[in-house]
Amino acid sequence: MERHTYFPLGDSGVVVKLGNEIDQCTHQKIKRLSALLQDEPFPGMVEIVPGYTTVTVYYDPILLYDPKGGSTPYERVLGFLNPFIARAQSGEAREPRLVEIPVCYGGEYGPDLEEVARYNGLEPEEVIRIHSGQDYLVHMIGFAPGFPYLGGLDERIATPRRSIPRTAIPQGSVGIGGSQTGVYPIVSPGGWNIIGRTALPLFRPENEPPSLLRAGDLVRFRPISPKDYDEQKEVTS
Amino acid sequence: MSVEVIQPGVCTTVQDLGRYGFQQHGVIVGGAMDSFATRVANLLAGNQGGEAVLELTLKGPALLFHEDLVIAICGGDMAPVLDGKRVDRNRPIWVKRGSTLQFSHAKKGCRTYLAVAGGWDVPVIMGSRSTNFRAGFGGVEGRLLQPKDRLKTNEPGEFSRFLASAFSEQAGANSSVQADWYVPKATFTYGANPVVRVIRGEHYDDFSSLSRQSFWEEDFRVTPQSDRMGYRLEGPQLTLSSPLEITSEAVTAGTIQVPPSGQPIVLLADRQTTGGYPKIGYVASVDLPVFAQLKPGDRVRFQEVSVGDAQRALWERDSELKQLRVAMELISGWRQR
Repeated sequence: MERHTYFPLGDSGVVVKLGNEIDQCTHQKIKRLSALLQDEPFPGMVEIVPGYTTVTVYYDPILLYDPKGGSTPYERVLGFLNPFIARAQSGEAREPRLVEIPVCYGGEYGPDLEEVARYNGLEPEEVIRIHSGQDYLVHMIGFAPGFPYLGGLDERIATPRRSIPRTAIPQGSVGIGGSQTGVYPIVSPGGWNIIGRTALPLFRPENEPPSLLRAGDLVRFRPISPKDYDEQKEVTS
Repeated sequence: MSVEVIQPGVCTTVQDLGRYGFQQHGVIVGGAMDSFATRVANLLAGNQGGEAVLELTLKGPALLFHEDLVIAICGGDMAPVLDGKRVDRNRPIWVKRGSTLQFSHAKKGCRTYLAVAGGWDVPVIMGSRSTNFRAGFGGVEGRLLQPKDRLKTNEPGEFSRFLASAFSEQAGANSSVQADWYVPKATFTYGANPVVRVIRGEHYDDFSSLSRQSFWEEDFRVTPQSDRMGYRLEGPQLTLSSPLEITSEAVTAGTIQVPPSGQPIVLLADRQTTGGYPKIGYVASVDLPVFAQLKPGDRVRFQEVSVGDAQRALWERDSELKQLRVAMELISGWRQR
């Protein structure tokens, strides 16, 4: 069995580390362990958060406390987790879900497209072609509701963060920050270069689940015209 | 219609015990910063303990009651005044319709909790009534309270109704009645310069030995850049023995992370779900309420605790709350009916 490590996340969580590198093998294990725990939560489990190399498991220490002085809630949780981890080490890779995100690049919706092109010595059209020309892996959702941490940005379009962050980036903005790319699901401050915008809502509190994307999904950006964007925006708002 | 906001205070929001189960979608847990005061206030209003309360920060609101209600005020002391008369914290109060409840600045602690019989009636979103004001949902339209807001309450439970009828009989012409029993102040350990228990973090051993020593032995001061998301502290500079490469991963309430400045940040209720700074420790859950009552300028010291001992203390705290409910039912006469 592959090595994994544990450490306590305070008194109400445990972090299971399944690898040291951000790679496909670790990612598959994280996906399998997350799915197993979601399908068959152990007593006292509250929720799980998949990360790049970890799965964090939150639990209720009061529910798992043994007043007779046996093992601690933390030790009991480790006992619950071990068989799940053993099962997650092997098994078929699940076919990932592909989610297409229509993006209107450049213009008023992507004010930094020109700058990203200039920085990398490319034409704006090439930046769009490269950005929309490959699939991105959703490693985890965090930072803001529905915000995907995407893996796989082509280094040819990597661009440093803006020196002065914007105070309010519009909802749906697609950006590049260093060698990362992503979509802002809600209005938020940020320093990424905004190259486009999508009308597709990535976060809706009334939906179940509220986030469009989840860890393990593949994302493909599809260029659309400003007219298509405006039409889609009409439908989704 | 039930309670009307005349003045909203500095930062008044609807909170419950938090929104769990959606962190994998990037949705923060939120909830009351002082969960203990929230639970006690709810118990005193005759609720079960997790109903939505108002969380008042630094300076509280002025509220006009449009109906008779049993309420309870716990947490920090904002010198509450009902129709010009000072009322106590930590005991049930019956308020007659037409009365105005006015809070002042926090004289002790930082956050005050106002519970009402039945709890505040705002929509349940993703299993919680807590306000997530950055994402703009939960509570009252996802925002802080404003003047003219009207807050409704849920149908009170049997125990609340029993308290209300007992008090309204006593009231006569008075606009309020306070119970002659209360939860002792000593139950809440909000003092100046508290010592807060801390569990070692994943990267504790990566800090220099001098930093580790200072962490336990020196004072940290709460800076003004502190809010529901996290408290930025000022104290001895904490440095790593050698640089660490950390990928973003889950962070929890109480996580003490140390950015390159060497000044720790304690993440609290509205923390982001993930973070990437080295973690020197975690404030024990049982002491988070004490920590959340600190205001800018206050000092705090850390004391090491094991995971097992922190969990035992949390369980004991929960048992005390269960005993409190039984004690209330006995003293109010509810159990003898």
